[in-house]
Amino acid sequence: MPVENIVSIRQLTKLYRQGEIDVTALNGISLDIPRGEFLALMGPSGSGKSTLLHIIAGVDRPTEGECRVQGQDVAQLSESQLADWRNQNVGFVFQSFNLIPVLTAFENVELPLLLTRLNRRERRTQALTALDLVGLADRAHHTPRQLSGGQEQRVAIARALVTDPTLIVADEPTGNLDSNSAAEVLGILQALSRTAAKTVIMVTHDPKAAAFASRVIHLEKGELLPTEERRP
Amino acid sequence: MALPITYNLRNVVLRWRATLATVLGVALVVAVYVLVQSLAVGLEKSSGNTGDPRNVMIVRKGATAESSSQVTRAQLRLIQYWPEIARDDAGRPLLSADVLVLINLPRREDNGEANVLVRGISPVGIPLRPQVTLVGGRWFTPGKREVVVSRRLAARFANFEIGDSFSSGGRTLTVVGQMDGQRSAFDSEVWMDGDEARSIFDREFYSSLLVRATDDAGRAALIERIEGDKRLPVRGLEETKYYAAQTMTAMPIKILGNLLATAMSIGAVFAAMNTMYASVASRTREIGTLRVLGFRRRTILLCIIIEGGFLALLGGAVGCLLSLPMHGYSTGTISFETFSETVFEFRITPWLAAQGLLFSVIVGVVGSLLPALRASRLPVIAALKSL
Repeated sequence: MPVENIVSIRQLTKLYRQGEIDVTALNGISLDIPRGEFLALMGPSGSGKSTLLHIIAGVDRPTEGECRVQGQDVAQLSESQLADWRNQNVGFVFQSFNLIPVLTAFENVELPLLLTRLNRRERRTQALTALDLVGLADRAHHTPRQLSGGQEQRVAIARALVTDPTLIVADEPTGNLDSNSAAEVLGILQALSRTAAKTVIMVTHDPKAAAFASRVIHLEKGELLPTEERRP
Repeated sequence: MALPITYNLRNVVLRWRATLATVLGVALVVAVYVLVQSLAVGLEKSSGNTGDPRNVMIVRKGATAESSSQVTRAQLRLIQYWPEIARDDAGRPLLSADVLVLINLPRREDNGEANVLVRGISPVGIPLRPQVTLVGGRWFTPGKREVVVSRRLAARFANFEIGDSFSSGGRTLTVVGQMDGQRSAFDSEVWMDGDEARSIFDREFYSSLLVRATDDAGRAALIERIEGDKRLPVRGLEETKYYAAQTMTAMPIKILGNLLATAMSIGAVFAAMNTMYASVASRTREIGTLRVLGFRRRTILLCIIIEGGFLALLGGAVGCLLSLPMHGYSTGTISFETFSETVFEFRITPWLAAQGLLFSVIVGVVGSLLPALRASRLPVIAALKSL
């Protein structure tokens, strides 16, 4: 059976204008990411890994080239179509968790579902299931301030999962966590790719974190270095 | 779909220190607006609440108020026998020929002097105005220099207690009773015998005639007859309509209230804007996150506007509460119709409170428009990177 590529990138270039100079963030990158892969993007600061992640996730647009996610050329979507597309297809996990401080864990997880057609009861069931998946069903009514860093990041993963997206993007998800919490969070992301066939793309500086990925790719000065395969 | 309203409410509560100043600022503006407008409402209610629908007021043609009207004795003699006018058991017409005189009297507590409206009435003038009741002492005796003062005026003027006397027109008048006009224009009057008033104040003419029509048809016929009689330079109109039209005094207060509120609301709009700008600035990453999760620009725009509106509404509610203790408080001003002291109350009606709340929401919405635009236009990636 042929491998289904969730992400297919061809000759992707991204230029940033800094004053009078164009800075190349990505330089003609081509990359395929199959379904269920846990991909780690590594590289020094300014190598373009976060830019690549943002373009794949539909938060940024390429200057040239093509980025297809599940066959959809993301760059062709309008601003509002892109917002809907992100809601339906991408789950986001950030380094600083980015939970809404005034909402409870449950309400934070429910947030992306408010943009769907689900009714209140369905939203509740789905949000509680997602919280249960990350082992925090009993913390549903706690606010982010009442949770530890690791718990906050698990709530963020539940929020990323709740709409059942194909793609989960994580930008330095363990950057603000101690080693135990980091291992927990990475374990969950790994399990998602292995058992739920979610495609997980993670940007990280940390080789220990990258060790959880099935494939690690390195970027430098906007270009891909030879790929290092970890696990099938 | 919009963000849940609890998100806005909790954000306002979370930043309570920052929002408190805005809430209080808006509260102050709304309190001033409601209070000034409640004066106008009180004044309008006082004149709008006056009169008996069965009565017809007759004044000189062209006179907008009794104070500028003259009705001669010859005109009185002609009119009083008209069949459209009701009569009492003894067959006397239910007609009061009134004389209005302004006299200058000292206020209480050496608080200067002010004009007081004295109404000289025929004996039947009392039953013709059933909303006026005696609350102390007795009614004046015709032919005697006795007066009955309004209880509300008595609270503002010296020598208005029962048994007191005061001088005017070179004669001494004794207070024999106090009356209550149930928040009508009569609460600003002193009543005495009409003939005695004409004698003391040397008036040849009457100011107005108040007559009770036989019935509804009689009232219409009476007004028509007055209009149609070219010999009579007078006009007749329903007493209630006459008083309802006497709202000129409330106009400058309304204008002043609106001017004050407009000037103050500019300050309040900037206060709301400042708070919402600060709120947006401190939530840049949060807004970036919402955008990434799929919330559209217009949802963010609406969210910030709702929050600003809610913040100001909170201020509006506090403002209404602040103004409430003044409800029913009696005060006075110079009437532009009679040039005398007019007593009325602050009247904070539900409609006025609703206006105050609406006003506050407008302040909040206007104040949060620019911050909301900024929030909705934040570049997502830069917003996500903000601390």
